[in-house]
Amino acid sequence: MNTLEKQKRRRFWIIIGILLVGIIVFSFISLHLGAISISPKEVIQTLMGQGTDKQELVLFKFRLPGIILALLIGAGLAVSGTIMQGITQNGLADPGILGINSGAGFAIVLFIYFFQGVIPATSALNTYMLPFVALIGAFTAAILIYTIAWKKGVSPIRLVLVGIGVNAAFGALLTILQLRMDPQNYRQVTIWLSGEIWSANWNFVLALLPWMFILIPIAIKKARNLNVFHLGDDVASGLGTYVERERGVLLFIAVALAGASVAAGGAIAFLGLVVPHIVRKLVGPLHHYVIPISALLGAFILMVADMIGSNLLAPTTIPVGIVVSIVSTPYFVYLLMKTN
Amino acid sequence: MKLFTRSSQLTKAFINSIGICLVILSIGVSISYGATTIDLQTVWQAVFQFSDGEQAHQVIWELRIPRALAAVLVGAFLAVSGAVMQGMTRNPLASPSIMGVTDGAAFMLVIMLAFYPAVSNTGSMLASFIGAGIAVTLVFLVGSFSSSGLTPVKLALAGVAIGTLLRSVSSILSLHFQLEKDIGFWLAGGLDSIGWHAVSLLFFVGIIGMVLALSIAKSVTVLSLGDDLSTGLGQNNTFIKVTGIIVVLILTGAAVSVAGSVGFVGLIIPHIARFIIGTDYRWIIPTSAVFGALLLVNADIVARMINAPFETPVGAITSIIGVPFFLYLARGSGGEKK
Repeated sequence: MNTLEKQKRRRFWIIIGILLVGIIVFSFISLHLGAISISPKEVIQTLMGQGTDKQELVLFKFRLPGIILALLIGAGLAVSGTIMQGITQNGLADPGILGINSGAGFAIVLFIYFFQGVIPATSALNTYMLPFVALIGAFTAAILIYTIAWKKGVSPIRLVLVGIGVNAAFGALLTILQLRMDPQNYRQVTIWLSGEIWSANWNFVLALLPWMFILIPIAIKKARNLNVFHLGDDVASGLGTYVERERGVLLFIAVALAGASVAAGGAIAFLGLVVPHIVRKLVGPLHHYVIPISALLGAFILMVADMIGSNLLAPTTIPVGIVVSIVSTPYFVYLLMKTN
Repeated sequence: MKLFTRSSQLTKAFINSIGICLVILSIGVSISYGATTIDLQTVWQAVFQFSDGEQAHQVIWELRIPRALAAVLVGAFLAVSGAVMQGMTRNPLASPSIMGVTDGAAFMLVIMLAFYPAVSNTGSMLASFIGAGIAVTLVFLVGSFSSSGLTPVKLALAGVAIGTLLRSVSSILSLHFQLEKDIGFWLAGGLDSIGWHAVSLLFFVGIIGMVLALSIAKSVTVLSLGDDLSTGLGQNNTFIKVTGIIVVLILTGAAVSVAGSVGFVGLIIPHIARFIIGTDYRWIIPTSAVFGALLLVNADIVARMINAPFETPVGAITSIIGVPFFLYLARGSGGEKK
């Protein structure tokens, strides 16, 4: 028993190590690629503060914040998906499918629509406001879905179906709202809705950083409770877990993470769904292992997807959400065919 | 018993005639409402005593009548496809919009526009058929190969996934070939700028589709009681299902190619028709056609009114009407495996 536990722990750290190395290596590749090519050696030189002004500008002003944002958003969505799957005991739960992302998106578009003249879209104030706005939208959607799906308890299947419906409703409202916007905002919103890390700048990184660095560690700390949910509500309360309260706290974290991610990255679907499945395959179902690895793997996948999206068809940029969808929907279909 | 059947047949016929009267009335309103409102009397004159010189008559003939007729046909097509799908699969959530059909049609249309930019009207309609076919086939394949068969929730999720996949590929293509605007226009297009050409194509397709649908209606009724029962009564299930799929493909393909994404008509209407008229698909199919037409003509009127002088995509209106209904179904029978 003890050796098995030890083995698992070793495996866990090995995977963490591999992912960290992968993230660092691909960050360098991503820094090097682009319209203005900067060789890996120059990348290192510039990072050490010995590059030319132009190189410094490209790296520090454009590429680096983009990469960091991708990492943060990926981690946030993956952890959010993991928690939701843990709480609902439903392998198909994900902030995108449950309609929480579209709720957050709707709130943001509403915000832009009403304040487009008042607060300039690129100002710092706007940047720091957006996560909160998204949060309100995400919670509205979550409460809405939970209430509608409630019928002497919430069955996972009903939750998913209601999510699909709520998604469609927000989508329709968005279309109506979008058509009332001026062309520039319209375009921006359209691109953003397909999942684009827009206006990658340091303000956004700073706006997002606290959310991730507070919420993800709490999620890891609470992970053991998620394991208990796996045994069912009765056992969980028998073991002394305050089922409803813990579920509430975890749900809060998951929704908040999804909301903050959407504020920066738009509607990136399926990432939060697929990552936990891959991770569970790697390290088993225990959440204090699954959550940290999900965070890293989500970060890694989104960063690579962003790199592919911005370089594959250059100068055309493919929104990162589309890259993620193309890669992950086949896997989702496979999961769908397997589950009962 | 016989008397009862006859009287209930009469009631059903009566309900349908009222529906048809309402459709005609709505067409009248749809034609008269617009940037310049034309009174119903002028509409009447334009139809029966057309004079070349009158501008109002020109507007009515060239713009408003085709539009209203297209709304009638598209609404009817979507509703009938939904009815056939629900009857065949015994799945209350089966409907064209949930199964990624629109995304499939858009997908083929993007490919067409990317590689043969000079595609004709008929060509783009053909592309939509094929695209719709690809999506339906994929969704059904996913369903049939899953471990527990085609449950409502699986169908819905497979539709979402296949739809997302096809949409993603088409947005990459349209970004690369700079077709976003054309496609966006088409997707949100709704029913404006529909000419007689499109309407006559719809008519043609509609006749074939409706004849096929009505010819299998009786068998679909039996099929809706279960595959085994249907086989036991000597029906050729494969033949019926293949015919049904052809009906769905040509009707939704035509509707989508003309009107873009119009969601939820095919989901709601068959349920309402079943509620009013019973379980006999010989009645459900025509009633669905009538009610579907009624819904879409009126949704189109609302779409023009809500943000005048700008148009709101009619699909957004039908979604807003349809979502609460979908949620109701999801809470009820749709949530559990049937």
